[in-house]
Amino acid sequence: MKCDVCASEATVFLTQIINGQMTTVNLCDACSKAKGVTDETGFGLAEAFLSGGIPETPNASEAVCPTCGFTASQLKKIGRMGCPDCYSTFREGLDNLLKAMHKGTRHVGKIPAKWQTTAPESSHERLDEETPPLSEKKNPSVSESEESGPSLAKLKKELETAVREERYEEAAIIKREIDRIQETDQA
Amino acid sequence: MQFTSLINHPADWMQGSGPHSDVVMTSRVRLARNLRGFPFPGYSQEKQRLELLNLAKPVVEALSEMGDAYSEDYVSLTKIHKQVLVERHLISREHAARSAGCAVVVDARQNLSIMINEEDHFRIQGIRAGLDLLNAWSLVDRVDSELEAHLPYAYDPKLGYLTACPTNVGTGMRASVMLHLPALALTEQINPVIKAVGKIGLAVRGLYGEGTDALGNLFQISNQHTLGEKEHDIIASIERVIERVVSSELNARQKLLEDNPIMLRDQVGRAYAILRHAHILSSKEALNLLSLLRLGADLDILPDCDRSVLDLLLMEIQPAHLQLRAEIELNAEERDMRRAWLTRSRLRDISSPIEPPPDHPNEGDS
Repeated sequence: MKCDVCASEATVFLTQIINGQMTTVNLCDACSKAKGVTDETGFGLAEAFLSGGIPETPNASEAVCPTCGFTASQLKKIGRMGCPDCYSTFREGLDNLLKAMHKGTRHVGKIPAKWQTTAPESSHERLDEETPPLSEKKNPSVSESEESGPSLAKLKKELETAVREERYEEAAIIKREIDRIQETDQA
Repeated sequence: MQFTSLINHPADWMQGSGPHSDVVMTSRVRLARNLRGFPFPGYSQEKQRLELLNLAKPVVEALSEMGDAYSEDYVSLTKIHKQVLVERHLISREHAARSAGCAVVVDARQNLSIMINEEDHFRIQGIRAGLDLLNAWSLVDRVDSELEAHLPYAYDPKLGYLTACPTNVGTGMRASVMLHLPALALTEQINPVIKAVGKIGLAVRGLYGEGTDALGNLFQISNQHTLGEKEHDIIASIERVIERVVSSELNARQKLLEDNPIMLRDQVGRAYAILRHAHILSSKEALNLLSLLRLGADLDILPDCDRSVLDLLLMEIQPAHLQLRAEIELNAEERDMRRAWLTRSRLRDISSPIEPPPDHPNEGDS
């Protein structure tokens, strides 16, 4: 395979999803170094190689992740999410993207123990649209913002449990989430 | 545990033999996992990565599988040390390129490694010798459950484990098998096999993963889909495909012995002669010749040659391993000389290939 830049033997092959399309870039050793492929952020690759190829659509109304500030155009460019909450921020169109990549669009594999024993009260956090408890679908109070992460009450409960069970690292992370939500609420 | 004591011991999977060890070098399963409330490493600031590292590393170190573990922050690792870990398949090339906020924890027997702040917050990897994905999976599954009990994972009931790249979402599992396919390569049947494997949704790559050449006739086959299938089903379908590739390879070996024994002996003999006597050996040449030697050992053309000696050598002659042994940075020429020296000395006690019966110089002895 030849390098896309200089036509010598390619040794680095990048696959990225750009605008929902799988794009492959082949590079030789020298060009991959010159282009900073081993750049530690791992980002900006599409920009480096496909400059001009990606339609820039800076849009004032575009979706922005409330948790991390990642934007829909960044997602288009990079093909990766900014944080776990981005999956709910950028839900629209995600199914089509996932359909193209995977066998299905629903997870059927391992379920963490904490989610297996989760009480029904917390099920309102689910992104799940196909098999939610009936009560949940009818509940109009399930707001978008709640879907992007666990509720404050739930987090506080989790924090208590984590502290009681001496899982301090987990407690610290939950505390962090609580602080962030409270900050956002105040803002 | 110190870096040197980790590396001075060959990994379990380098010495042990597993199912189909004559064709399958290793089976690896890795899980991508992330924590809630933290941006993914590729989109986070150093401060955030450090915060996660400081929280998570003690938990990883305290895992029951990590009793006598090697644990290191990347800021205190040299380039060569990182590269050695890449050559051992304990960390990824992408992770090795990173620094502050990144760390790796490896169990003493090198069956398990956990990268912190790779593309995802955690990459949990289990390695086994031979075709043994199920045991690799049960190891990482166990470790994952233990980790999950202490840390709040980013999980969604519909999408499963949330990962930086949507190509990993769902199970977050990549199961891969490293195969040695010299006979398929010699008989030029390798490309159709690769194509067929690709068609059923599996990826085929070279020795060091994405974008690397199939040096030494080594190929990695792994799943691409992570959503919509159970872990066990993914593993079962890979194992089914691998079983078929293994039997094609074994058939091709048998056919070579029957139809083309002279060509086969010639290739193995030349490989033996060069490796025993060369003074300058490039990485590519060494890997390709060692592949032929391994084939010779598997087909009893090389008597008393233990496959594990060759597999160990395969690791020892890699650039960073050579430099670690030399305790200095070496340029390419110096490495080629050291590689040749090490190869000569390791193969000194391996006897020459068996002579075919003199009366029938054109026939095999089997």
